Amino acid sequence: MGIGLALLGFSPSTQAETLSLQEIAPGVHVHQGVHQLPDTHNRGEIANIGFIEGERCVAVIDSGGSPEQGLALKRRIEASTRIPICYVINTHVHPDHIYGNLAFKSAGVRFVGHHKLGQAMAMRAPYYTERAPSQLGFQLSPEHFVPPDLPVTETLDLDLGGRTLRLTAHATAHTDNDLSILDRKTGTLWLGDLLFMGHVPVVDGSLNGWLEEIRKLRTVEAQRVVPGHGPVVAAWPLALTGEENYLKMLQAEIRSAIKEGKTIDQAMNELGRTAKPDWQLFDDFHKRNIATGFAELEWEDD
Amino acid sequence: MKTCIRNLLLPLSLFALVVTAPATRAEGEDETAWNTVLKQKLFADRPIVEDQTVAITAPYRAEDPALVPLQITSQFPQTAEKYIRNITVVIDNNPVPFSASFDFTPESGKADIATRMRFNAYTHVRAIAETNDGKLHMAKAFVKASGGCSAPIGTDIEAAKARMGKMKFKLDGDKVTLGQPNPLQLLVSHPNITGMQMDQISRIIQPAHFVNEVKVSFAGKPILTAKTDIAISADPNFRFYFTPDQAGELKAEIKDNLGNQYSATQAVTP
Repeated sequence: MGIGLALLGFSPSTQAETLSLQEIAPGVHVHQGVHQLPDTHNRGEIANIGFIEGERCVAVIDSGGSPEQGLALKRRIEASTRIPICYVINTHVHPDHIYGNLAFKSAGVRFVGHHKLGQAMAMRAPYYTERAPSQLGFQLSPEHFVPPDLPVTETLDLDLGGRTLRLTAHATAHTDNDLSILDRKTGTLWLGDLLFMGHVPVVDGSLNGWLEEIRKLRTVEAQRVVPGHGPVVAAWPLALTGEENYLKMLQAEIRSAIKEGKTIDQAMNELGRTAKPDWQLFDDFHKRNIATGFAELEWEDD
Repeated sequence: MKTCIRNLLLPLSLFALVVTAPATRAEGEDETAWNTVLKQKLFADRPIVEDQTVAITAPYRAEDPALVPLQITSQFPQTAEKYIRNITVVIDNNPVPFSASFDFTPESGKADIATRMRFNAYTHVRAIAETNDGKLHMAKAFVKASGGCSAPIGTDIEAAKARMGKMKFKLDGDKVTLGQPNPLQLLVSHPNITGMQMDQISRIIQPAHFVNEVKVSFAGKPILTAKTDIAISADPNFRFYFTPDQAGELKAEIKDNLGNQYSATQAVTP
C-alpha cells in the first residue's frame, strides 16, 4: 500500500521533471506533443509547447495541457537559463495550450493573447472545468484560466532583448482567437494550431476563414515553422500543404453536398473518407469538421 | 429505428442489466433527474408511454457538442382524425433540460422535425409526443458528448451576429407536390448565445441571447410553431414537412429573448 501511494505521488512529477525540449533554432526551444486524444493518462499534455529566449526576457509559447505540465515547463526554463520569464503567450483558447498558465503567474509576467482570447476563455471555462476531472484527471478552478493582460488586436512586437517577436492576431480560422509568433532573428514562425501536421486539422472556428489565413500566411518570410501538433520543426511554407489540401477538399465536398440538398447528417457520414489514410485521429475529428464547415457554408452565399 | 432495435433486444438486455448494471452504467446514463424532477416539472402527473409513436435519431457520440444533429420521425401521417400535436425535446443533463417544443397541425403532413442541438454532457435526449387524443408517448436516445477542445457554444459568434435575423427556406427543388407532405428546411441566422460563462475571467460578458419562438405558416395556416431554448445550436436550423393544397406563401416569424422579431416569406408554386 505504501509503495503504491509512493508510486502514485511519484510518477507524475517524474514525467514533469523530464519534460523534453529541443532547441530547433538558436534560443527557440520546443517540447513535442503526442497525437492522442486528451485523456486521464496523458492528462491533456498533447500539444507542442515551448519558449524563446532573448537577452533580457524569456517568452513562453503555450503553457501546456495541465497545471503540472505548466510547472514542469517553468522548472525546465529556470534550470536552463537565468533570464527571467516576462511573457506567456497563448496561441489560442484550447485546453492543451492554456492549462499551464497559472504556474507562470507572478509579478512581472505579462500574459499575451488574441484580443478575443479572454472572452473565449470565459465562455468555455464552465464547460471545460466541469469536464476536466473525468476527462483529464485533474480539478480546475477559475484561477487556472489566466486571460491576457496584453491583448493583441492586430499585431504586437515583443522585444525580448536582442530579438523581437512579431505577434499577429488572425481572423477566425482554427478558432476565433488564433495568434501566431514570428521570431525575425531566426526566421522561425510559431503557428500554434493554425498548423496541424500528422494530427488531422480541427476546425473550431471557420473553414473559409482558415483557408484565407493560410493564403495570407504563405507570404510570410520564414525559414522554418513550429506546428501546434506535429514535429517540433518543419520546412516553411511546404509544411502547409497537407493541411491546406485537406481543408480545400472539405470545402469543395461540403459545397457540393449543400448544392445537392444533402443534410448535415448525410454530409458527416459520407464526405472526405478518402483522406483517412493521410491523418491520425481522423475518426475523432473529421465528422465534427464537416459539421462545423457545413453549418458555416450554408450561409456563404448571403 | 433505435426504438425497434431496442425492443428486439429487450429480453437479452434485461438479463444483462440484472447481472451487470451496477458496474457498467456509464456516466450520465442514470435517469434519476428525469424520473424524479423533469418529468413532474414538465408534464405533472400525466402518464407517458414509451412506444413507437415517434422515433428519435441522434448520434451515439456527439462529434461536435455545439452541433449535434437530432431527428425525430413520426411513425404515421398527420390526418385530421389522428395526428401529433406537439413534440417536446428534453436533454436531461443540459443546464436547461427543456430544449424545444414543436406544435404541429394536420397541415404539417408529417410530424417530423430535424434540428441541431448543444449537448453539455453524457445524457439521454427524449422526445415526448402528444397525440390529438391527449396521450403522451416517448422515445429516447443516449448521447455521449465528445470532449477535448470542443465546447457547446458557437464558433464564430460575430459572423452569426453580422447576419442576425436573416432567414432562408429551402425546398427540394423549385416546385412542390400538392396534397402530399413536402420536405422543407428553415435556416435562421442567430448567434443563439447561451449566456453561460465564468464572469471571473472576462469582463466582456455575452448575455444570453437566443431565439425563443419560431412560427411557420403556409397560406395563413400554421404548420410548425416552436418554443426554443439555449440548447438549439447557433444559426438554428429546422427540417420539417408541410402539405400544400394550392399555391401560396410560406411565412416564418421568429422572436428572440431580447424582443427582436424577424420574418421572411417565400412564394411556393406546384
